[in-house]
Amino acid sequence: MIPAPFDYYAPTSLAEALTLLQRHGDDAKILAGGHSLLPAMKLRLASPSVLIDINKVAELRGIKVNGTVEIGAMTTWSAIEHHADLAKACPAMADAVALIGDIQVRNRGTIGGSLAHADPAADMPAVILAVDAQIHVEGPNGPRAIAAADFFTDMLSTALEPGEIITSITFDSHGAGEGSAYAKFPHPASRYAIVGAAAYVKMENGQVTACRVAITGAGPKAERQSAVEQALIGTDGSADAVAAAAAHAGEGMDMLGDIHASDEYRRAMCKVYTKRALLKAIERAR
Amino acid sequence: MTATEMKERLVGRALKRREDPKLITGHGNYLDDIKLPGMLHIALVRSPYAHAKIVSIDASKALAMPGVVAVFTGKDMLDINPMPAAWQAAGVKNYPVPPRALAVDKVALVGDPVAMVVAENRYIARDAADLVEVEYEPLPAVVDARKAVEPGAPQIHEAAPNNIVFEWECGNKDAADAAIASAEVVVKEEIINQRLIPTPMETRGSIARYDPLTGEWTVWMTSQAPHVHRLLLTAFVFGVPETKLRCIAPNVGGGFGQKIFCYNDMAFTMWAARKLGRPVKFVEDRSENYKYSTHGRDHITEAELAGTRDGKITGLRVKTWANIGAYFSTVAAGIPTTLYGRIITGVYKIPAAYVHVTGAYTNTAMVDAYRGAGRPEASYLIERMVDRFAAEIGMDPAEVRRKNFIQPEDFPYDNGLGLLPYDSGNYEPALNKALEIAGYAEFRKQQEELRKQGRYLGIGISSYVEICGIAPSAWMGGQGWGAGLWESANVRVHLTGKVVVTTGSLPHGQGLETTFAQIVADELGVPYEDVEIQWGDTQGTPFGYGTYGSRSLAVGGVAIKRSVDKIKEKARKLAAHLLEANEADIVFENGRAYVKGSPDKGKTIGELAAAAAVAYNLPPGMEPFLDETSYYDPPNCTFPFGTHVSIVEVDPETGHVKLLRYIAVDDCGNQINPLIVEGQIHGGIAQGLAQALYEGAVYNEDGQLLTGTLMDYAVPTAAMVPHIETDHTVTPSPVNPLGVKGAGEAGTIASAQCVMNAIIDALAPFGVKHLQMPATPERIWKAIHGK
Ligand SMILES: Cc1cc2nc3c(=O)[nH]c(=O)nc-3n(C[C@H](O)[C@H](O)[C@H](O)COP(=O)(O)OP(=O)(O)OC[C@H]3O[C@@H](n4cnc5c(N)ncnc54)[C@H](O)[C@@H]3O)c2cc1C
Repeated sequence: MIPAPFDYYAPTSLAEALTLLQRHGDDAKILAGGHSLLPAMKLRLASPSVLIDINKVAELRGIKVNGTVEIGAMTTWSAIEHHADLAKACPAMADAVALIGDIQVRNRGTIGGSLAHADPAADMPAVILAVDAQIHVEGPNGPRAIAAADFFTDMLSTALEPGEIITSITFDSHGAGEGSAYAKFPHPASRYAIVGAAAYVKMENGQVTACRVAITGAGPKAERQSAVEQALIGTDGSADAVAAAAAHAGEGMDMLGDIHASDEYRRAMCKVYTKRALLKAIERAR
Repeated sequence: MTATEMKERLVGRALKRREDPKLITGHGNYLDDIKLPGMLHIALVRSPYAHAKIVSIDASKALAMPGVVAVFTGKDMLDINPMPAAWQAAGVKNYPVPPRALAVDKVALVGDPVAMVVAENRYIARDAADLVEVEYEPLPAVVDARKAVEPGAPQIHEAAPNNIVFEWECGNKDAADAAIASAEVVVKEEIINQRLIPTPMETRGSIARYDPLTGEWTVWMTSQAPHVHRLLLTAFVFGVPETKLRCIAPNVGGGFGQKIFCYNDMAFTMWAARKLGRPVKFVEDRSENYKYSTHGRDHITEAELAGTRDGKITGLRVKTWANIGAYFSTVAAGIPTTLYGRIITGVYKIPAAYVHVTGAYTNTAMVDAYRGAGRPEASYLIERMVDRFAAEIGMDPAEVRRKNFIQPEDFPYDNGLGLLPYDSGNYEPALNKALEIAGYAEFRKQQEELRKQGRYLGIGISSYVEICGIAPSAWMGGQGWGAGLWESANVRVHLTGKVVVTTGSLPHGQGLETTFAQIVADELGVPYEDVEIQWGDTQGTPFGYGTYGSRSLAVGGVAIKRSVDKIKEKARKLAAHLLEANEADIVFENGRAYVKGSPDKGKTIGELAAAAAVAYNLPPGMEPFLDETSYYDPPNCTFPFGTHVSIVEVDPETGHVKLLRYIAVDDCGNQINPLIVEGQIHGGIAQGLAQALYEGAVYNEDGQLLTGTLMDYAVPTAAMVPHIETDHTVTPSPVNPLGVKGAGEAGTIASAQCVMNAIIDALAPFGVKHLQMPATPERIWKAIHGK
């Protein structure tokens, strides 16, 4: 439980952080909440020789809600959890953060850290896929935005280039007829998702006109469920329609299997939790 | 205060624990808080293989690192003996292979220490440990106790052919065979009591300091039994007189059994402190604790229970493989034999019972006592089998229990399994009370209704009896235990009237400081605040075997009571002398000795203590000071009992279990402090229901621990434990003058099967008859879907 030696920097601006990251290259790691990085270092699964702590970079913190939602990368789960406007703008996100770890975890963990780490069992990847968010990053080649659908490339891997820092996440606030929800099967020890399903729906004249569903925890990375979405769009969103659509959950996905849940069981739970998330999202959209 | 004014009695009152303010505000003093001048730090090089030969160890790179003082291997320490095997299975041949300070020539589990780096600080030690190059020749491993004793299994120790530690039996085999052969009904089940990791909040460790001038050590240790460790380390490991070692257990952050045992770190810190002439410290991190400190349970059992169609149990036959792990831990063999087999029939009169236990070495962490130690395994087994039997004959499980309970008039009750007689009991009222609180009859109707709506609720009953106050020495000697099991205490009333009690017990979460002070304050009639309880340092406390087996009140507490009785006796004599009265006419009451019939003619205990201390006017032959020591060896163990009931709902879609209610009716004899009893019951239940629902240590076939961190091994949080409804009955123990039995382990002993029985009851419509623990959602889902 003792990490290898490292140097520590605590820049106060994004520009400074980027310069440090550029200077130290592969030897350096950004330190956000430290809830994934520090345990890995203590177990000596990671041994960066330089840590760049971005907790003092104020410009990376904060939540703005006005038609679009903008969340700074360094915003903690508890800040998101206690933001009333955000809960209205995106109930799925509120559902998800309330189920992350425990109070201590939510006080430390950040949304940017979670997305950058891309843990296959993290909750937020499913939510940002379901709300079709943009991930804003800044790096040696200036700023750019990455669509959620392009961001997660594999287990613990993302579209982030070396030297890039996530600065914020943006997506549209829900309007009339829109609803979202997140349903989760937590791991009894870590509280991470064994299966987590995020659902967004738009209802117009009693019909589902748009739908996005994403699953985390079950596979190597969070994934959109296009077969479920296609099956639901155009229906009346009734319990039967939802059950029929949810039966497609997990299709084409590689399932993880471990001592906590076999691949067979995870596949079955994808369907159950997709159904539960959809029912709740539709109820909220109506 | 006049003699007729009664001081309010403290015994029986729910006082808050006096030890808590310090502990919960961060003012405790734990092992890792101790920093000695010049202290060195140890990091271990541990085997990544479960079973391998050590081909070579090259420490040159580590030694070259600045700040590294030394690197030692097992071969350097061949001048000390292996750790002692203190409790072997009774009456049979044992093949004890306890661990050495560091492994020599081969390793037998992942985490087996092969070398130790001693450095100026912990960081350097840890970095240098990575630089020690060890070459291994991996060998095949075995992790399952039943497979380990099969022909062709990898052989772990030359001294233990076929990996057998012992083969032990109790009961009457012929009678059990006959009962089963001729029975109307026989139910048979394979029952697995999975391996658990005790997980005290504080991990283990030791600090040793050696004085070359006197040849004496001081060792600070995370210990439930420092006097025993002193004896074992000196007389057995180092071959020096015990007077050469002082052991100190500072605040101990939970033990649950794991800190009873004599561990290699105690020996290697002592060895290194002597070698290097500087104090050395070793503290495990959590990963090391999980890999190397002892685990609990891990039984595979084939059980058969026979009975009549009308619900009489006629026989029980049990065959168990008990996993002992890679080496023999201090009391490893006593747990699955005496503390398991001899109480296998539980609260029932079963005319024919037989238990056979094979202890097996495997390439896993050592297994030894964990809260309940043997009794949870026994209680789980019989309570599952009784439910299984009830389901088979279609009888209400509460009714089957009533039909077979040992009756009040049967006490003292000899269960025929070589145990001492159960002291006292009255099982049915506890069962009835628990069922009444649960609203049993009403629940059964509701359950029927809800099933029709596709909701699956279940109710589980667990009636238990356990063994507490583990003693008497003469009996334990015959059980293979290599020492006594009495306790002692010294009580002194100082000149100012303040009372100091020193005890050989070692409170580490049981609230004994409070409980003991309540007893002493009442008995002596002094203010509670004037009683101080001291423990934990072998210099300054009388010998004690330690705190485990729910024995510190029933044995250690009684030793204190007896010392107080002696003090009162001496005080009466002194009072008679000072009051110029006849000794026979002196009454001691409420902290005052007075002449019978004239209450205002008396002396307070404070006045008497002062008189005894200054010694100006003592009766002829009386020694100064009120200072008395007692050694108490009880005539029997005590046998607490009770019934727990739980109600669960199972989500058939996912297999999740929701614990809707948990009711605990316990009888631990007289309660000194009901708040502490309740706290102990709560904590015990948390651990037992966690076994039913969450916890389980898993090794893969290569002997890698897959549940090696708290992110994988699910210790319950407060949010995972339901509201617990507690109640009690009181059946005083006739064994000791306090009438107490013990409550430290009861919650754990009663609860796993209580929850499992409820889950299996909920799943009855799906034809489920048994499930192994932990009842994870996946296990339940598979049972529902016939997978
Ligand atoms: C006990 C426990 C329980 C948890 N339970 C859950 C759960 O239920 N659900 C869940 O989703 N999560 C859970 N987490 C994860 C936690 O909430 C954090 O989301 C996660 O640890 C990562 O966030 P962080 O801020 O701690 O990042 P860090 O650990 O500081 O960093 C993680 C990685 O991301 C990189 N990084 C961080 N910030 C940036 C950035 N702005 N730009 C580029 N790279 C960056 C770091 O260099 C590092 O590689 C749990 C964690 C713990 C310890």
